[in-house]
Amino acid sequence: MTFVAESEPAAGRLRLAGDCRMADVPVLVRELENLRTAAAPRVTLDLERAGEFDVGPAWLLHESLEDLGAAGMTVTVAGPPPAHFAYFDALERREAGASAVEEGKYGWLVRVGRTVELRARSWFEALGFGGRALVTAGTAWTSLKRLRLPSVVRHVYETGVQAIPVVAVIAFLISVISAYIGAQQLQPFGAEIFTVDLVAIGVLRELGVLLTAIMVAGRTGSAYAAELGVMKLNDEVDALESLGLDPFEVLVLPRVLALVIALPLLTIVADATGLAGGALLTSLLLDLPWAQFLARLDVAVADTTFWAGLVKAPVFGALIGLTGTLRGLQVRESSRELGRLTTVAVVQSIFLVIFADALFAIFFLEIDF
Amino acid sequence: MDVVISVRDVVNRFGTQVVHDGVSFDVHAGEIFGIVGGSGSGKSVLLKTMLGLRRPNAGSVLVEGRDITRMEAAELRDVKRRYGVTFQQGALFSSLTVAENLTLPVAEAMDLAEATFAELVELRLRMVGLQLDTAAKYPAQLSGGMVKRVALARALALDPVLLFLDEPTAGLDPIAATEFDDLVLYLRKSLRLTIVMVTHDLDTIARTCDRVAVLVDGKVIVDTRTRIVDNEHPWIREYFHGPRGRWEGPGRGGRVGA
Repeated sequence: MTFVAESEPAAGRLRLAGDCRMADVPVLVRELENLRTAAAPRVTLDLERAGEFDVGPAWLLHESLEDLGAAGMTVTVAGPPPAHFAYFDALERREAGASAVEEGKYGWLVRVGRTVELRARSWFEALGFGGRALVTAGTAWTSLKRLRLPSVVRHVYETGVQAIPVVAVIAFLISVISAYIGAQQLQPFGAEIFTVDLVAIGVLRELGVLLTAIMVAGRTGSAYAAELGVMKLNDEVDALESLGLDPFEVLVLPRVLALVIALPLLTIVADATGLAGGALLTSLLLDLPWAQFLARLDVAVADTTFWAGLVKAPVFGALIGLTGTLRGLQVRESSRELGRLTTVAVVQSIFLVIFADALFAIFFLEIDF
Repeated sequence: MDVVISVRDVVNRFGTQVVHDGVSFDVHAGEIFGIVGGSGSGKSVLLKTMLGLRRPNAGSVLVEGRDITRMEAAELRDVKRRYGVTFQQGALFSSLTVAENLTLPVAEAMDLAEATFAELVELRLRMVGLQLDTAAKYPAQLSGGMVKRVALARALALDPVLLFLDEPTAGLDPIAATEFDDLVLYLRKSLRLTIVMVTHDLDTIARTCDRVAVLVDGKVIVDTRTRIVDNEHPWIREYFHGPRGRWEGPGRGGRVGA
């Protein structure tokens, strides 16, 4: 039998007929709300023709009858009340004393405080993490076994070798773009030969290593965080520890070490394809033969230019590896945490890479490198 | 007696491996029906078939007289609204609070005011015997027993006629498991729910199940709890009367010692 609710709110009457299922809750709630707002002094609920009730709607009816009673209305129920009312009375007895927690008046202050505490603790933790990585790395040198070479090699392959195509293409394209813009700006002055200087110095000192680091941060930083995060959620990290293994030595060190090795190698690839891109564009746009490009390159690039870019790579690698593994190990409890911390890992490692690059720039300027 | 769900000659095959070779049984309204079987006997596959998550290779599953194996997706969805299911690990959505977990199925089905959702959350928490302050917590902050209760509360969110419990007491200590059994019995008694549970817990079977289906050799043997323990099948004998069985004498169906 389908559910029908007829109400005369002004007279305080509500008649329910038919079986009331969960799907009928919207209708029931609307009619009860009408009854409440009409605020008639006497409320009559007619259940003579009502059928079975599901638990949900019966509960809502039960609660709103109580509310009406508490608001000072006289409630009369005609016909048998839903069978579940007896069940609710039993529930109330079982559950006496339970109450919900309410947020205090200064809830916002508490939230601000918690956020500050959380942030401060997070940075403190990061510092501790970096320190522990250094210590572990220092002690692990003592034996080859503790360095976990097979693991390092695997990670060098995954983060380095497999990243070659994408890094090569990106470096090539970016240097084509910068050569194009350079050539366009320099041509009116008849100084288009300096395009070679622009591309070579730009790629070798900054673009090659920076682009590689950003690519790797997106690719590997997120992978590290997600991988360790899932291990954390599965209690695998605890399992390692209970086997007497140091998760730091087994999980963190090989990954960081792999990036310290892989990033310089990738940077060399990026440098090479970047220069190739520059050479291609200058030969097409400026009719500069390859031989002349190479000759100019010799003049433009100092002995130190290449190294000024490359020395930054291991540092960037360590920053990315540490950030990714730290954020992964911070995952606790839920799948949302995992997503959030993976994002944090990528954003922070890119930020740290660029910040460190700025520091390097100032440092190199000061020492005239 | 009303038949709520009826499994008819179901055959399930994976390649050449036959998991179910003509499985048939009826589940009656208001009973607690246990499904047991060894690892790999196809308990989960049977459950999935009954839930409409898997189409059997042959045979049919009738829910309130209608065959769900030959239904359109939309029709099947309506049938599934009549089901409540709890999974072994709880399968609570870890990024949602308990209240949000309990509201989700209702909010998908209908549009209601926040206050009404809150009242329904309160109801479901009370039904499974949880404190109301549980509502604001995340699943990770709950104990194993509480997770099972919240999962049950979520399964009850749309007032199902048929409740499926997959290993409801697995991983609980005996006290929590007993409490959970009591809860299931109480819900059945007060709401006249029909409950199908897959379980390995002999104590749970002894305390709650009215009838038990044993999956052996691709077939099913169904009998009342008191009689199934005296079945002559060697696997069933081993199951109920092995070192962990603790069953005593023919036909008693109760257990001795603990």
